[in-house]
Order: sequence, then C-alpha cells, then structure tokens
Amino acid sequence: MIWLIGLGGVAGTLARFYGGKWMHARMRSSFPWGTWAINISGSLLLGILFGLHDAGRLTEGVWLTLGTGFCGAYTTFSTFGYETVQLVSNGQIGRAAVYVLSSVILGLASAGLGLALF
Amino acid sequence: MNGIALAAGGFAGTLLRYWLGEAIPTLGDGFPLGILIINLLGCFALGVLFAATPGRWSLPPQVRLGLGTGVMGAFTTFSTFSVQSADLVRSGHGVTAGLYIALSVVGGLALAFAGARLGRGTRVQEEAAS
Repeated sequence: MIWLIGLGGVAGTLARFYGGKWMHARMRSSFPWGTWAINISGSLLLGILFGLHDAGRLTEGVWLTLGTGFCGAYTTFSTFGYETVQLVSNGQIGRAAVYVLSSVILGLASAGLGLALF
Repeated sequence: MNGIALAAGGFAGTLLRYWLGEAIPTLGDGFPLGILIINLLGCFALGVLFAATPGRWSLPPQVRLGLGTGVMGAFTTFSTFSVQSADLVRSGHGVTAGLYIALSVVGGLALAFAGARLGRGTRVQEEAAS
C-alpha cells in the first residue's frame, strides 16, 4: 500500500512539474498560471474521488493511490505560497491578491462541484 | 536527471504527508489539524530553500529541484485543503471551515514570507547596510 501511495505521488509530482512548465511556456506571463490551473483541476478531481470513496464506490487502495498519492502531490500549497511571495517582492501586489483569492475561491468551488457530482 | 530528482522527492514528500497526516489527530469538530500543520511547515521550508538557493547556499540544481518542487511540493497539498473545506461546509461545519481556510491561507502566506526572509538573510542585511 505504501508503494502505491508513493507511486501515485511520483506521478502527481511529475504531472505538476511538466504540466506547469508547459502551461508557463504557453502563457508567457508572470502570473503563475501553471500552479493555478493545477490546484483548481486537482481540487475538482479530488472532490470527485472523495465523493466516490465516501459513497463506498472506490476501494481503499484506489482512494489512497489516486487521492492521497496523485492528487495530493499534483497540487501544492507551498509553491502557491512561494509564488505569492515572489509576486509581492516584484511589486505586483494586485496580481498577488488576484492569485490568492482566485486560487482559494475557485479551488473550493471545484472541490464542492466534485463532491456534488456523485 | 531532473526526472529522477523529482520522482525521488515526490515519493518521499507524499509518504511524509501520509504518515504525518495519520499521526496528527483531527480535532473534535472535524478540524483538519494534520493538513494545516503540513501546509504551514511546507510553506516555511520552501520559502527558506528557494530564497537561499541559488546564491546563499550552493546546492546542485537537481537537489534544489528534488527538495523544493519534489519533496515540499508533494508534502503540501492544495486539493486536500479544498476538499476538506468543502466537506466541512457540506456537513454544516461552516465556522470550522472558515477558521481552517483563514488559518491555512493567512498562516501559509505569512510563513512563506518569513521563510523567504530567513533564506535571503545576508542579502537583506546587505541591502539594509547599503
């Protein structure tokens, strides 16, 4: 079980890094679009998985691998914090505020939507 | 080489989160203390690491990537934070959800700033001296 959680985490970490890099290259902006999109999409996915697990429609192994492992590692709170620090340090206070508020509000809304789907 | 550093770091960070999350009990009204502590610790540690490298600490770039984007990135989690908050609201614990969200966001950002300040250390002192 530990190996499955860890492997889910490896897949989530690689998806975050390479997905974030791809997004960053496309958007060409100081706004952290990569982490933003990852945290919101990961919240939706984990909401769906949590709802299915809560309803007894996911086995413990699948929940731990995809939920705790993949989604947990795909999304990140520490990078969200550090990117906000960087925006503020560069004097982009407005962008930092939009980044924080939109990540939290849309992340919560996506999680709630995911929970409500099943 | 980047892929190996990220995979090793992501594996370690995920299991650290799992173990610490299991070890810290949820408080009476469902307050997710474990993930709060994990996210706050991670915000501080990543702030120190990313502000101190490159420059103040000489770490190979793969080590910085493995520890920062790998371990800290996977240790902390945004999706669990969102889903726990939404689940608290759904089950009628709106006040607990509000407290959890406020402590996570305000605390996480404050610790990220404090960590980055500590990591920059000398440069801040140089700026102050000049």
